[in-house]
Amino acid sequence: MGVESLPILTTRKDAVLAWGQKNSLWPMPFGTACCAIEFMSVVSSVFDIARFGAELVRFSPRQADLLLVAGTVTFKQGPILKQIYEQMPDPKWVISMGVCASSGGFYNNYCTVQGIDQIIPVDVYISGCPPRPEAILEAIIKLQHKIENPHTTPVAQYKAKEPHFDF
Amino acid sequence: MESAILFEKLKEKFPQAIKGSTDRFGQLEIQLEAKAIPDVVQFLRDDSECEFNMLIDIVSVDYSAYPDWKEDRFGVVYLLKSLTLGHRAQLKVTVSESNPEIPTISHLYANANWLEREAFDQIGIRFEGHPNLKRILNHHEFVGHPLRKDYPITRRQALSANESLMDEMIVRLKEKGWE
Repeated sequence: MGVESLPILTTRKDAVLAWGQKNSLWPMPFGTACCAIEFMSVVSSVFDIARFGAELVRFSPRQADLLLVAGTVTFKQGPILKQIYEQMPDPKWVISMGVCASSGGFYNNYCTVQGIDQIIPVDVYISGCPPRPEAILEAIIKLQHKIENPHTTPVAQYKAKEPHFDF
Repeated sequence: MESAILFEKLKEKFPQAIKGSTDRFGQLEIQLEAKAIPDVVQFLRDDSECEFNMLIDIVSVDYSAYPDWKEDRFGVVYLLKSLTLGHRAQLKVTVSESNPEIPTISHLYANANWLEREAFDQIGIRFEGHPNLKRILNHHEFVGHPLRKDYPITRRQALSANESLMDEMIVRLKEKGWE
């Protein structure tokens, strides 16, 4: 007997919410470098992020719940990134795409933030310079798993409550 | 124009300003006194045989790690091109560490405004008479000049809040007639 023929279905409220949230992520790309170009190919038809329910790319943080930081973030960009994160409504998640956003990459210099987790909390990190589209899809799947199992997934350590830079 | 002829022309017009010249693969490179830059550039731009109507770039140099360098610490190179006649020229000046000042040419070429701001930001050359000499690449809370050889490359400086940039916006609005 299939589920569809049952008159009533009992479940937990947070499980239904999580199911809905994980299958309708609305990403906002914070694209500052070549990673943003790679993100475009993930959105378009060959790789097709719509298969994971995250195809509705918003360019206003107030309409998005997934911030995708794609590219190098300089100290001059830092306050802008923090403000955009704060403008997003809860619940919200952050994917740090590529080595520049995750660690500064090869920009070990005077102007680049050495990882955006010094400014905002990050849920999933993607390596690569730039990452393959498959890596971004895997990050989406990982994030979906995290949304579904918030209590069992190990949470990435957020280094600071206030902006805190490791110089 | 042949670089030798161009040099003779300049030598005749500005005998005091010219310190020397080099022919680099048929392209003229002239070493000049810093304070003569606006006059020489204006002459090169307006003279009908020179017609250097394009300023390609303004490059600033820190010579402190340069081998066998006996002149002043900083150098500024102006790269000029004539779109009508096809020739190019380089103007080189050096300025001391204690007083790195050069008169501006932002009234002669519009793009010199931002190029001079970049040289000020990264190396610390001050351009006298510049309408808005402030940082352009680094943020406004930055201290020091990062492309100087004595600036540690990994010394990072956090920014607490972005500046509004209204000082530039007000000027632009006035230019467009919006007041």
